[in-house]
Amino acid sequence: MQIKGKVFKFGDSISTDHIAPGRLFHLRTNLPELAKHVLEDADTEFAQKVQPGDFVVAGKNFGLGSSREHAPTIIKIAGVGAVLAQSFARIFYRNAINVGLPVLICDTTQIDRGDELAVDVGKGEIRNVTKGITIQAKPLPDVMIKILNDGGLLEHFRKHGGFALDA
Amino acid sequence: MERSRTRLVSKTIVEKILSEHSGLDAYAGDIVVANIDAALVQDGTGPLAVQQLQKLGMEQAANPERTILFIDHAAPSPRKELSNAHKILRDFAAKTGAILSDVDEGVCHQRMVEDYMNPGEVLIGADSHTCTAGALGAFATGMGSTDVAIGIASGKTWLRVPETIKVYVTGEFKKGVYPKDLMLHFIGMIGADGATYQSIEFCGPTIDAMDMSGRFTLANMAVEAGAKAGLFKTDETTKKYLEERGRGDKWREIAPDADATYERVVEIDVTDLEPTISCPHTVDNTKTISEVIGTKVDQVFIGTCTNGRIEDLRIAAQILAGKSRNPNTRLLVCPASKEVYLQAIEEGILAKLASAGAAIINPGCGACVGVHGGILGDGEVCLATQNRNFQGRMGNTEAFIYLSSPAVAAATALEGVIADPRKYL
Repeated sequence: MQIKGKVFKFGDSISTDHIAPGRLFHLRTNLPELAKHVLEDADTEFAQKVQPGDFVVAGKNFGLGSSREHAPTIIKIAGVGAVLAQSFARIFYRNAINVGLPVLICDTTQIDRGDELAVDVGKGEIRNVTKGITIQAKPLPDVMIKILNDGGLLEHFRKHGGFALDA
Repeated sequence: MERSRTRLVSKTIVEKILSEHSGLDAYAGDIVVANIDAALVQDGTGPLAVQQLQKLGMEQAANPERTILFIDHAAPSPRKELSNAHKILRDFAAKTGAILSDVDEGVCHQRMVEDYMNPGEVLIGADSHTCTAGALGAFATGMGSTDVAIGIASGKTWLRVPETIKVYVTGEFKKGVYPKDLMLHFIGMIGADGATYQSIEFCGPTIDAMDMSGRFTLANMAVEAGAKAGLFKTDETTKKYLEERGRGDKWREIAPDADATYERVVEIDVTDLEPTISCPHTVDNTKTISEVIGTKVDQVFIGTCTNGRIEDLRIAAQILAGKSRNPNTRLLVCPASKEVYLQAIEEGILAKLASAGAAIINPGCGACVGVHGGILGDGEVCLATQNRNFQGRMGNTEAFIYLSSPAVAAATALEGVIADPRKYL
């Protein structure tokens, strides 16, 4: 699966409060509305400007904090093709795969705001078209690939009638 | 991760519990499908979990008497959207027999240890601080709504068995220094991502001497170091806690094998530990009290699943009794659960705190997560006993949150600036 789009760059320690803040708690049962505010507390213009296929690129420990699955869900609803970061907080990472949002661990220091990327999620290959360089992401664990390929955890469970995670 | 199995016979606590729950001889790095003993959702994550089960055509609970739906984040509801979200949980409870913990009962993590969790069990919860129950020798971890939904319906979840960091604590706390200071200090040491994908075992003489309340504080904040779980071995202190709650028969010995394999060992001596503060906007941005003393504070908040227990309120009352808060600093006090609330009434603690100028809030999470009851104004500073100080956490990105022990919080309420509690003890 290849995704092409532009980069929105964020720093380290982007928390679930930046992505889906508690002050919008009442919108959690209205995800399309909540998605209009995605990442608003880290970049006020992001939600208005993001186009389908664009990338969220960040530093360390992206998604730290709450277990709220709404965070990766609204990033996906906003049309983001994948999130690239140097590292992810555990629960966010798992939630992202569960909702079918590709998340790649890679060196993001050579990616800047506005860069054009072409990303092959399966291969973990990130082509920075603007800079003419290729960056290799850490491969996703097999379990995560299975769930992602099935379209998320719900679809995985439906398709197999339970967990089917063995090699 | 390839490990030589023939050499591995000894296990960490988490390896033991997940082996028992998966029927496998499981070690760190293995993927297991584990039976779960209990599951929780709260009003922020539960409605989505229920909707996922509806999509799956599995609106059911495999183990309804240990599936608990908490209305605690917006309790009582401050707006109609949330009242409607609560209805989703009420309907699911009625349909499946799952337990509804209503607006009077308190914060999920405190309620889980008071009434539901036992040593050696597995709990998954759609709330990151689910790890609190690790203090009882259980494996307890936070996940998203879909993971927990599937756990509720099927009684199972998948897990990667985590490596374990052993945190060995020695020394006696000096007066005015508490387990909260230890935990903030530890997170400052290893960083907010220092234990990502791993579990933590807290042990050593200081832990052996620690009461359950302190152990809950440590376990609660394991996730603030990125950990999947924070675990403790069980002992007489665990047994007594369970006996006091009519679950003495649920006590069992939980301990790691002597030569279990650890990712690393972190040793901390608390003898010279100072009151420790997390500064805006990350938990690992820690400083000792002398570095931040005198910082003006607009609001002090004492409560939450981290430090809203009776032991915490007793400390606050000890410092504040017979005195008045600084007129420029408001003080909010929120017992973590109904049990704590009633006990605090009985002991006269709430009267002392209210007389000192505290606004007493009903048990819940609203202030800490910025939903309602304690939202900060632009540029305002809050010192809170909670576990998180992210930008925007208490409802306003233009505000600043410091984290501390209840003692520092109480002293700060008196002086209106961050204050050292030791002179009041």
